[in-house]
Amino acid sequence: MKISRRGLLGTAAAVSTLPMASARAQSKLPVFKIGVLNDQSGPYRDTGGVTSVICTQQAVDEFASQMKGYNVQVVAADHQNKPDLGASIARQWFDQDGVDMITDVPNSGVALAVSAVAKEKNKVHVNSGAASSDITGLQCSPNTVHWTYDTWMLAQSTGGATVKAGGDSWYFITADYAFGHKLESDTTALVKAAHGKVTGSSSYPFPGTTDFSSFLVQAQSSGAKVLGLANAGGDTINSIKQAKEFGLTMNIAALLMFITDVNALGLDVAGGLHLTESFYWDLNEGTRAFTNRVKAKTPDNWPNMAHAGCYAGSLHFMKAINHIGPVAAKASGRAIVDAMKALPTEDDCFGKGSVRADGRGMFKSYLFEVKKPSESKMKWDYYKIVQTTPPEQAWRPLNEGGCPFIKA
Amino acid sequence: MLMGFSRAQAAALVVMLAIIVLAPMVAYPVFLMKVLCFALFACAFNLLIGYVGLLSFGHAAYFGMGCYLSAHAAKVWGFSAELSILVGGFTGAALGLVFGLIAIRRQGIYFSMITLALSQMAYFFCTQVAFTGGEDGIQQVPRAPLLGFISMQDDMAIYWLVAGVFLIGFLLVHRIVHSPFGQVLKAIRENEPRAISLGYRVDDYKLIAFVLSCFIAGIAGGTKALVFGIATLSDVTWQASGEVVLTTLLGGLGTIFGPVVGAVIVNTLEFYLSPFGSWVTVTQGVIFVACVMLFRRGLVGEIGAKLKVAL
Amino acid sequence: MMTTVLGYNIGPMLAQGVLGLINGAFYALLSLGLAVIFGLLNIINFAHGALYMIGAFVAWAFLNYLGIGYWPALVIVPILVGGFGMLLERVFISKLYKLDHLYGLLLTFGLALIFEGLVRNYYGSSGMPFAVPESLRGATRLGFMIMPTYRAWVVVASFVVCISTWLIIEKTPIGATLRAATENPAMVQAFGVNVPRLVTLTYGAGVALAAFAGVMAAPVYSVNPSMGSNVIIVVFAVVVIGGMGSILGSILTGFGLGLVEGFTKYLYPQGSGVVIFVLMVIVLLLRPSGLFGKAA
Repeated sequence: MKISRRGLLGTAAAVSTLPMASARAQSKLPVFKIGVLNDQSGPYRDTGGVTSVICTQQAVDEFASQMKGYNVQVVAADHQNKPDLGASIARQWFDQDGVDMITDVPNSGVALAVSAVAKEKNKVHVNSGAASSDITGLQCSPNTVHWTYDTWMLAQSTGGATVKAGGDSWYFITADYAFGHKLESDTTALVKAAHGKVTGSSSYPFPGTTDFSSFLVQAQSSGAKVLGLANAGGDTINSIKQAKEFGLTMNIAALLMFITDVNALGLDVAGGLHLTESFYWDLNEGTRAFTNRVKAKTPDNWPNMAHAGCYAGSLHFMKAINHIGPVAAKASGRAIVDAMKALPTEDDCFGKGSVRADGRGMFKSYLFEVKKPSESKMKWDYYKIVQTTPPEQAWRPLNEGGCPFIKA
Repeated sequence: MLMGFSRAQAAALVVMLAIIVLAPMVAYPVFLMKVLCFALFACAFNLLIGYVGLLSFGHAAYFGMGCYLSAHAAKVWGFSAELSILVGGFTGAALGLVFGLIAIRRQGIYFSMITLALSQMAYFFCTQVAFTGGEDGIQQVPRAPLLGFISMQDDMAIYWLVAGVFLIGFLLVHRIVHSPFGQVLKAIRENEPRAISLGYRVDDYKLIAFVLSCFIAGIAGGTKALVFGIATLSDVTWQASGEVVLTTLLGGLGTIFGPVVGAVIVNTLEFYLSPFGSWVTVTQGVIFVACVMLFRRGLVGEIGAKLKVAL
Repeated sequence: MMTTVLGYNIGPMLAQGVLGLINGAFYALLSLGLAVIFGLLNIINFAHGALYMIGAFVAWAFLNYLGIGYWPALVIVPILVGGFGMLLERVFISKLYKLDHLYGLLLTFGLALIFEGLVRNYYGSSGMPFAVPESLRGATRLGFMIMPTYRAWVVVASFVVCISTWLIIEKTPIGATLRAATENPAMVQAFGVNVPRLVTLTYGAGVALAAFAGVMAAPVYSVNPSMGSNVIIVVFAVVVIGGMGSILGSILTGFGLGLVEGFTKYLYPQGSGVVIFVLMVIVLLLRPSGLFGKAA
């Protein structure tokens, strides 16, 4: 078989399309790249997705005039909720594409994988979208900051407050994987600490379960006052719709729910539900101002707490670079994270807060009640505040997390 | 004929070797290793569909379980690299034996449906059992040292291991196909009743081929676990099974180099399309349809037909 | 009621059984369409789940873009999607009859990926809500549970459609022609029946059944792109257990497996996803052609 010229050229063309080894940067000012890694096509597309990228870019645009001797670029990728894909994108970004910080990363499994890679490469991971409190607990890392929320805070706010309001017996419907179990166990601990009891729980196969009627019926017959939903996204939406259908008389506590889920459900179904977020666009002057700046760019999907966390986390990341200087920042992700922990945080979305030694972002958490249709004046006008928890009480105490590098 | 390779095939083999050796200088080694792992997986799959005529629609089960057990071996039992990979291979083989015994009873489409359903069971098993880590998967799998002392931390070091594993697997498949055993398999594929009437215990042959294929799939999975340091549920989904079918179909069923070419294309496509969300899925679907309607022989098959050689 | 049998509460168990019947209704409808298509075309229609999803999606689109409600949709959507199915058969599937049946499987698998990917691309995947039609809202107290009217409707309607389809195939002339064409197409063609057209219509009918199931499913689950792929493998298992070519087999097995799944959800919820496959393996080992199938 002769090797033809056409064949050779073809091969060369084919090879040139393969992902290349690292290119040498030619720019004069160092460029920091922020990579927004989330689910852009799957169940969390609206919870994170493109809106997170827009919010991150917003932070970069706003901070541009304050950047001391460097530039910042934003890149994005879809992890499709797969830890191996997320990890390999992270690895590629850190190795080949000059990315210094990865943000958002919903889905706790992916988040943990990305944390590991960030630690290995000494880069930065500012997580906004994921839930597991293990990110700052047993699996904590000196290169990771967990900004927006976690399972403990959700349990504390929604769980604790629901018990205080009289919900002293619970039945859980739990997504049968690490996130669901963690959410259930964190909430159970808090319910019991508040002298409530758990009458039972149903674990369902995840993903793929769309029909919760049998678990709902079981929950109802257990006699508990509160139905705790230890699930997220489409599962939560289905659970709630079906609970309505089956005339469930229990109080429903949606342990993880975003305003984007409320939007998908509709107020006639979601009205009256309690949930916890650390951000709401109509909370105060600052949040409204931020939302006004971004909503034109994402008119169908207003920012939820995960999106706001991308914005705020990126802002703080850049402030940290300013603080230690771009040379030190490029050299070590850990140095940037240490600076993020040293500096207090302040932004339009979360107000004044801080990043704790284990990487935990310390902000207020809010218990919201979803408005009924009659109470809502326009689209996205969905929440009314029930309770605000100050940062010191909203998050798991530092010494209870089991984070290996925290000496209590 | 050299070792069962015709002149054309030997030339293609040389080209492939050259690419394997030279590619890391221009392309990202981790990406290349992914291609090699999936190419090996596709070769294993192709053994069944291309040479035995069995479409195993749930082949990811063996790959994925190989991934999990290798990860476990390296992380929890502290096995060295080659032992961990072998653990993966034997896991694939064991599972293949159990599932094969159930599935081989039926033929054609029934066989495919049964393998699909069995792999779903494996998937559910993986979601329930503690050691797989559920949705998180087994993470932070160490890059265990080769033979206990050769470090695999550097991307290039492990690249040569992966390349070696791939080549051994590739040649093994080739050897199986061109052995007397392989000739019987071919006879079974061409005309099973005839083979039976000639006295061959057809089911036994099919089962052995099945187990061998699952063994190699398990090896591919185990290697992947070590390279990426992670083993997850997405390795055992039916979508992953569908992907290896796509890879082999695109490359060319029943060709030697088809699966390799298919793996290169599918992974490159995924790499470039992943920013575009579900277009990956749509593109995969389009390729499936295009291949079935127009390019049944796959890329390598078509090239081979044009050049009038078997590749 | 809290009477117990063997330590299990009867009330909740019955409730689970009834709920299982609802799932079973969808399994039956879908496996029926699949069995019809497989019986005549010998094609495993992997796109069946995606077409079911498209049925739900078109119903949603009708409501949101054209203001056409549930009841008209229930009639129009199956016809439309069935027509689309016939187009697919003419353009793609019919070209594969002379080849190994596996190509049909691969083609429909590819089509399923395309449909699912396209819908997910433009509409996301958290699902789009579809309200229960006015006339079917509300629920009835059954003592051991509250039964939403709509779900009761699903069971009844599916049952009626399934039995009607079975009657058409088994007891009418056209059904006889269909069955004959399955056995011996050349002979039937010699009798002057346009067999290719019959085949096209049959595929369309099978797809229409899937789309019908989709419209019915829309108010129960939200309309989301993965609703097809979530259910398709279970439906395959149903068809395998029932017997690959048997219409009655799919109907009975569909409803039956729904019941079994329901009881499992009460007794051992984590196993509810896998119980159907375990049953499939058992049936295959003991009775390879399925419960109602003809021996291969």
